[in-house]
This record gives sequence, C-alpha cells and structure tokens, in this order.
Amino acid sequence: MSESNEREKAGAPAQSAVARAVKDPVSRRKFMALTGGSAAAAAFLAACGSDSGTTTTTSAKPAGGSETAQFGKGDIGILNYALTLEYLETAFYADVIKSGLFKGAELDTIKKFGEEEAEHVSALTAAVKGLGGKPAPEPKTEFPLKSAKSVLELAGTVENLGAAAYLGQAGNIQSPEVLASALAIHSVEGRHASALNTLLGMPITPDGAFAKPATATEVLKSVEPFIVS
Amino acid sequence: MSHEEIAHPELVGVEVVGDSGDLSRSDVILKGALAAGAVYGTFMVGPYVRKALAMTGSSDVDILNFALTLEYLESTFYDEAKTRAKASGELKSLIGLLADDEKQHVEALTATIKKLGGKPVAEPKFDFPYSNTAGFLKLAQTFEDTGVSAYNGAGPMIKSKEVLGAAGSIVQVEARHAAAIRLQNKEEPAPEAFDPSLDEAQVLKAVEPFVA
Repeated sequence: MSESNEREKAGAPAQSAVARAVKDPVSRRKFMALTGGSAAAAAFLAACGSDSGTTTTTSAKPAGGSETAQFGKGDIGILNYALTLEYLETAFYADVIKSGLFKGAELDTIKKFGEEEAEHVSALTAAVKGLGGKPAPEPKTEFPLKSAKSVLELAGTVENLGAAAYLGQAGNIQSPEVLASALAIHSVEGRHASALNTLLGMPITPDGAFAKPATATEVLKSVEPFIVS
Repeated sequence: MSHEEIAHPELVGVEVVGDSGDLSRSDVILKGALAAGAVYGTFMVGPYVRKALAMTGSSDVDILNFALTLEYLESTFYDEAKTRAKASGELKSLIGLLADDEKQHVEALTATIKKLGGKPVAEPKFDFPYSNTAGFLKLAQTFEDTGVSAYNGAGPMIKSKEVLGAAGSIVQVEARHAAAIRLQNKEEPAPEAFDPSLDEAQVLKAVEPFVA
C-alpha cells in the first residue's frame, strides 16, 4: 500500500505501526508489549527527566503542543483536537448502537459510554467557546461494523488510544482549569478502556503499571481510516 | 449534607498511623482525602486535595510525597489482600496484578522524589476494616476511586511538565484499576462522564473533624 510506503519513507515507522495496529488488535497487542517494556519504573524516571522520554514514537516531536496547531493556538488547539476525538468516539458508539449487534448488558455499557462521550463533546465545545475559540467541526466518520467481537475490539482500541491521547497532551496544557477538565476526562477514558479490555479478556493495563502517552501525530494517523471528511 | 448520611462508611474505619506516632503532612492530607471521600463520596477527594495542597504552598516533591503516601496505602492494602481477601480465580489474579502495579508506583515515586533532591516520606501504618471478600471489594473500589480523584485533584498543582506526565501515567492506571474492581462489584465501571467538582471550602469544613 503506497500510503504506508510513504510513511516508511518519511522515517516514521512507529506511526505506521500504530495505524496497522488499529486495524489488527493482535498486532496492536504486540505493539503494546513492544513499547511497554519491562523496566517500567525506569521508563517512569526517564519520563520525569526528559520530555522526549514520554513519547512512544521515534519520530521527532514538535515542541509545546504545536502538533495540535492545525486545530487552533495553545489550549484552544488542544481542546479542539480532543473535541475531534470525542466526536469520533460519540459517532462510533451511535453507529454501534444502530448496528443491532449488541443487546442486554453489553448494549447498556455501550450506551453508557456513548452518552459519556457525548457529554465530553458538549463540555469541550463549551470550553473552546469559553476561551474565545471556534469549536472544531464534527467530522464525517465511517467504521467497520462486521461482528460483535470485531466491534468490541475496535472499541477497546479507540478507548485505549483516546486515553493515551489525553495523557500525551497533559503537559502541553497551559491553563490549570483546562488541565483539571482534561484530567477528569482522561481518567474516564482510562476506565472505558479497562472495562472494554476486561470484556475482551485482555490485560486491563496493557502498558503495565505506567500508561503510555501518544502524540497527536500518532493518534491522528490512527484514526485517519475512520474519517471520511 | 449531614454527617449521618456518610457516603462511604467503610472509609471511616481506615486508620492511618504515622511512623513512630508522628503524622507527616502527607499523612494528614491523606486522612483528609479519605474523610472527604467518606463524607461526600470519592469524587469530592479531588477538590479537597487541590485545596489542601494549595493552602500549604506545595512543591512538586510535596505532591509526589502525598502521592507516595496514597500508593503506600494501596500497595499495603493489596499485598495484605493476597491472603486476607480470601479471593480465588479471576479476582485472585486481579489482586496480584494490582499489588504489583501499586508496588511499582511506590518504587517509581520514591526514586523520583530522590532524583528531585527530596526526602521520601516514611511509610505509615494502616489498618483496613474488612473481614471478607465483599468487604475487601467495597474498600478496594473506594480506594481506587479515591486514588483517581486525588491524582486528578493534585495534577493542576504540579509545576514540572515531566512530573505531570509521570503522574498522568499513574492516574490512568488507577482509573483502569477502578473500572476493573467496579466490574467485580457489578457496578458501572465509569459512573460519571467527569469527576464533578463541588465547593472546596465546604468539603474542607466537613472533613475537619476527621483529621487529627
């Protein structure tokens, strides 16, 4: 696939690994295991000592949240980036509910998570407006909804990615109020990820005792296949 | 809300006793955080912690020491539970995983405090009020929810971007623990879309009687 070749040429193998992983949960687990490492405490220390140590990718990381500059300046850009992801999650759960693939307790869980993502959309929209920014538009999305199992796996992947996305931005946020809101959402995404991993019989903490962040570049590449426009 | 309507009665019986009888500042904040959770529910812990840290002009080392105290509590709790919770099967494995994660958090926080030139607090002694698996699970859920709220509350007080990133990587794991324990209790893994924040002054006033 030429797209993936281009990425390899661009010297960002970690990104294409993430993109592949989204489509293939087995390789995703391998990827997590690979990046999770065994010396988690050492990774934690490294994270405290140098900023580059907090990323899972080998690609160069632009400084100070400029990765989200396409969504706006500073905190507005970060909030709009988060808003785009929350729109995507909300649309995903809405599609899953409509698909009729789930019933009973699993459907209840999906509905609950979908409602919470919708609340995140409302809160982030209000936060962007509060800072005088223009909220990012709702993207048009499309998700492969083939079987209950593959949908749960995709849900798990999306939630784990969402949690990593918030974690990746925590240090870039300037306003303590915006940070408090982002942290309140971040832990909810972590809860969703853990519950879905439990349903899937996967480890609740795939990165071990210290969750790994993801850069905006990594996250946006991963969700690209689901954004139509 | 009156004190008769205690949100988490199981927290009222948790004892935190400092090394050689002396309570460190971190012990006091932890006791207050548990009291806030007991009276108003675990989601009130965040605002309490933020207020308590802000009032005493906390450095990153102070915040890390508070986190370390909390991790000591969880680590001791799960380590004890390996035998005391009388768990089997899936829950037994989960307890093993949680004990291991919390131990790693203790080690990492201790190392980080030293690296920043600070002195890690001494491990307090704890007494956990439960007598069976159900009692353990109830307390575990309250501790994990408390942990999430405590870290979320402390987060905006952290000055270093690197320390914040590290604390974030721990809080996400605590949130994952909380969801897994909640599922064991047949409760919603993510009961709220956000940690609601209420009036901080009100919480401080309410927990005063519980803090030595």
